Amino acid sequence: MTKRNNPITLPDFSKSTRVDKVGVEERVSRFQKRSIKGEAKLQGLKMALNMIDLTTLEGKDSPGKVRQMCFKAQHLHDVHPGLPTVAAVCVYPSMVGIAKKEVAGSGVKVASVSAAFPAGQAPIDVKIRDTRFAVDEGADEIDMVISRGKYLAGEYNFVFDEIATIKEASGNARLKVILETGELVTLDDVRRASDIAMYAGADFIKTSTGKIQPAATMQVTYTMLQAIRDFRLETGIKVGMKPAGGISSAKLALHNLVMVKEVLGNEWLTNDGFRFGASSLANDLLMQIMKVETGIYQSSDYFAID
Amino acid sequence: MAKKKNTSEFPKWNYAPAPESTSHIQLKDRYDLYIGGKWVKPLSKKYFKTINPANEKTLAQVAYANEKDVDKAVKAARKAYDEVWSKMEPSERAKYMYRIARLMQERAREFAVIESLDAGKVIRESRDVDVPLACNHFFYYAGWADKLEYAFPNRKVSPIGVAGQIIPWNFPLLMAAWKIAPALAAGNTVVLKPAETTPLTALKLAEVIHDAGLPDGVVNIVTGYGDTGAAIVNHPDVDKIAFTGSTNVGKIIQKAIAGTGKKATLELGGKSANIIMDDAPLDEAVEGIVNGIFFNQGHVCCAGSRLFVQEGVADKVIEKLKHRMDSLIVGDPLDKNTDIGAINSREQLGMIHKYIEIGRKEGATMYQSNCELPSSGYYCAPTLFTNVAQSSIIVQEEIFGPVLTIQTFRTTDEVIQKANNTPYGLAAGVWTDKGSRIFNVTTKLRAGVVWANTYNQFDPASPFGGYKESGFGREGGLHGLSAYVKQNEYGTVRSVENV
Amino acid sequence: MERLEVLKTYKIYIGGKFPRTESGRYYQPMNGNGNALGNICLSSRKDVRNAVVAARKAFGDWSGRAAFNRGQILYRIAEMLEARRGQFMDELQQQGSTRAKAEKEVNAAIDRLIYYAGWCDKYVQVLGSVNPVASSHFNFSVHEPMGVVGIFADADTSLIGFVSMMAPVIAGGNTCVAVASENLPLCAVTFSEVLNSSDVPGGVVNILTGKQSELVKPLTTHMDVNAVAYSGSKEVFTEIQQDSVLNLKRVMHFEQDWSQSNAQNLYLIEHFQEVKTTWHPIEDIGGATSTY
Repeated sequence: MTKRNNPITLPDFSKSTRVDKVGVEERVSRFQKRSIKGEAKLQGLKMALNMIDLTTLEGKDSPGKVRQMCFKAQHLHDVHPGLPTVAAVCVYPSMVGIAKKEVAGSGVKVASVSAAFPAGQAPIDVKIRDTRFAVDEGADEIDMVISRGKYLAGEYNFVFDEIATIKEASGNARLKVILETGELVTLDDVRRASDIAMYAGADFIKTSTGKIQPAATMQVTYTMLQAIRDFRLETGIKVGMKPAGGISSAKLALHNLVMVKEVLGNEWLTNDGFRFGASSLANDLLMQIMKVETGIYQSSDYFAID
Repeated sequence: MAKKKNTSEFPKWNYAPAPESTSHIQLKDRYDLYIGGKWVKPLSKKYFKTINPANEKTLAQVAYANEKDVDKAVKAARKAYDEVWSKMEPSERAKYMYRIARLMQERAREFAVIESLDAGKVIRESRDVDVPLACNHFFYYAGWADKLEYAFPNRKVSPIGVAGQIIPWNFPLLMAAWKIAPALAAGNTVVLKPAETTPLTALKLAEVIHDAGLPDGVVNIVTGYGDTGAAIVNHPDVDKIAFTGSTNVGKIIQKAIAGTGKKATLELGGKSANIIMDDAPLDEAVEGIVNGIFFNQGHVCCAGSRLFVQEGVADKVIEKLKHRMDSLIVGDPLDKNTDIGAINSREQLGMIHKYIEIGRKEGATMYQSNCELPSSGYYCAPTLFTNVAQSSIIVQEEIFGPVLTIQTFRTTDEVIQKANNTPYGLAAGVWTDKGSRIFNVTTKLRAGVVWANTYNQFDPASPFGGYKESGFGREGGLHGLSAYVKQNEYGTVRSVENV
Repeated sequence: MERLEVLKTYKIYIGGKFPRTESGRYYQPMNGNGNALGNICLSSRKDVRNAVVAARKAFGDWSGRAAFNRGQILYRIAEMLEARRGQFMDELQQQGSTRAKAEKEVNAAIDRLIYYAGWCDKYVQVLGSVNPVASSHFNFSVHEPMGVVGIFADADTSLIGFVSMMAPVIAGGNTCVAVASENLPLCAVTFSEVLNSSDVPGGVVNILTGKQSELVKPLTTHMDVNAVAYSGSKEVFTEIQQDSVLNLKRVMHFEQDWSQSNAQNLYLIEHFQEVKTTWHPIEDIGGATSTY
């Protein structure tokens, strides 16, 4: 990161740039028509692997499940040499300690969801404790949810303050702010919530919890990438982007990378700038990598599910 | 347990070349004239070459039609009109047209590739815009053939006769469809001349028309230069002229047909304003600017070549625009990832360069995207000029290339005045989030097509055509029919001549 | 002692005012008995210029008025004409008509104005369209006035030709410069008095008298005139067509007997209209439940 994002003067969020959805759809269809072949495809698939936050966020998550996922995060497909690891594993606060131990020394980060994930319906002091617990357990990254109810009630200052407070509670951990765009509904609101989050100190902005549909559509991600670009132009600060939920195919992942490249530039094409929140994407990427390298279509039976 | 490093070091990610295959297209070395349902050698005995502007290689030799060839084509069209087409049941005419539309769809990819080869236009556009729209145009007008009386309340309609149609090089197949489809639907027959630099898709269309079994002589395709077009315009047995091209040639045509009773529709030049208000959806507006001026290398009569940005957001919009321009890929038209292809001809490239030079001499500030241009072929980097005024030549004259001028404004009234301050009136764009302002501006702009919060959209159902020196008549939609019919009153037939 | 009759000074009508021609010239058209009709203004190219300036100035307001308001004003013109039937019948008879014919012509002119008054707020509905495009856009076409229209009124009638050509032009929101019949100019001149008392804003209709041969050129070459309507010979029309090329004026040639009942229709309005097509995106065209 070039410059750390600390809270700065609040602009008038009611005047956030408007978004025309039909125009967004037209632009997105252009990304989908890019033809990514050969070496470019192989590199793109590997980059995408390296951008994954391998995620398990279930009530039934157990230490055993988390340990297995952490092993997979570091050993995606060891029969094929030269593959990167994923960027991070993403778990509930209670699993951070276990995950931290499992990935120690690998460079794989541990991300913890926070602020009363997924609904965010808890008092601020609970959210602060939630966050501090995760950080104390060793979380490198905090994926907090915003209070969508407050946002939709027009209480933008409340939302801003809450993000800034969690930012403070996160200490040196990288803060990802989940907008839960499926509940914000309009792209105008996706844009405005992105602006609020970045001005309140987000290091990453993230689409979704994975619990609400629709999640990381390209239209939403595109809108957020534009917000990130404008924030960079305004402040010089680079904020990262994490679409989460619904990206399970290699093709869609490549379309996302095309979008990042053309909206933000190559500078964002690392896991410092872009992440995929996903659980099943990794294996499709692996199958596509094997297909490109061998020329043979693959079967999921040959790729470990976790 | 072996530990790996979480690496994030990859080289800069660039798209590998993704050229569209040319193996499935069929091009002959030499094309004759399509007259009376047959391929006939030109009486002129001359051929000219058509080249690929992306690499200057010859694609084919094409027949040159002189006055006698044109006469032959008009006679074939007249015969087909008198004996077959005007007498056919309209529902049967419709079926022929549907069949043409379907055959075009079946060969869509071949049309797209040939269009890109011959015109320099990127395959993404010829594949996704030109060819589908051309097919759809036939499909749309086919349905009108047996419903014409619904289009003109209280009027009985009849065809006009032989239509002479002259089309430009910027959308070769699409313009052929715009011209031929409404003419046939209304029961007219056609002599069509494609532009000399882009004749191939019209000739391929002749193949499709032939395969569709359209009666001989209903559509005749004659290739050649300006004098071939003049021969069509001046032929005494042509009843109607449809022309798309420059305002200068349009005026010559209009003068030439004065007193002849020939009807005309002219779709001519433009210098359309694209207006960005400070409350606009700015990112989509930037996309609209790009689509407005860089679509088809700026070879678009309705290109949004005059950009007006409200002062409060001007710096921001220009910064975003430059950023976006830098992401445009200029190069091989056949590469599926290319955004901007080749300029259509050496002459046109020279014209664009002349205007860029004028802009610099006028003291305007130029920005060109930092793309690499191919070493052979005709290419021009996306270009914008700031520090221009309403009185700058590059603001006043149509450049017909990827060159944008940017002016700022303060109030709505000011920008409406400036937008209308031109002899042209083809199209305009306005971007604002406020509905009442949209209707204020779109109502006051003197232009035939106004795009609000979008730009360069086309559809067979949507009438297209200009005010003032951008020509007259409309193409597309219900209104596009009126150019190809005579309207008569029921009962006592008294024609109201509309020239 | 017999009372001395007060003779009328025939003027032209520009921008709602009644000047004599700036040239100071006049001509004396004769009626069938060889008597001069009066000293009629022989308008010059400068009068054309002034009239076009006035018409252009009036265009914004007139075209911007509610269609309903234009309809009311056209109806008001008819009311005023009705009130002056006698005067127009007298003038028609002065110019060689019989009383019966004159009455018929005045009646037809009044009814024609009523006819077009009714069209003002309907022609856009009938001629316009919502166009079902395939993309997520709302797309509609409406008719808009062309601007300033030059009219060379029918040479063979004094009133009905003039009214029949002028009414559809202004009903559609255009303003005009109308040149009266050269030999039968009286009714057009007097009609300016009707217009002046009918809530028609100054400049919407400007009326010139004089020699067609002098006025064709300045009006049809004028760069600020958008369209020309002509009722008369093919030769003159060819000249008009050629001159109009300068700025691509729309030119209309009418060959019809304006006194016929069917010499009025929707399409006479349409001839002086441009079609404007407007596009705007529609969000979620697939319905409220569609996902993004």
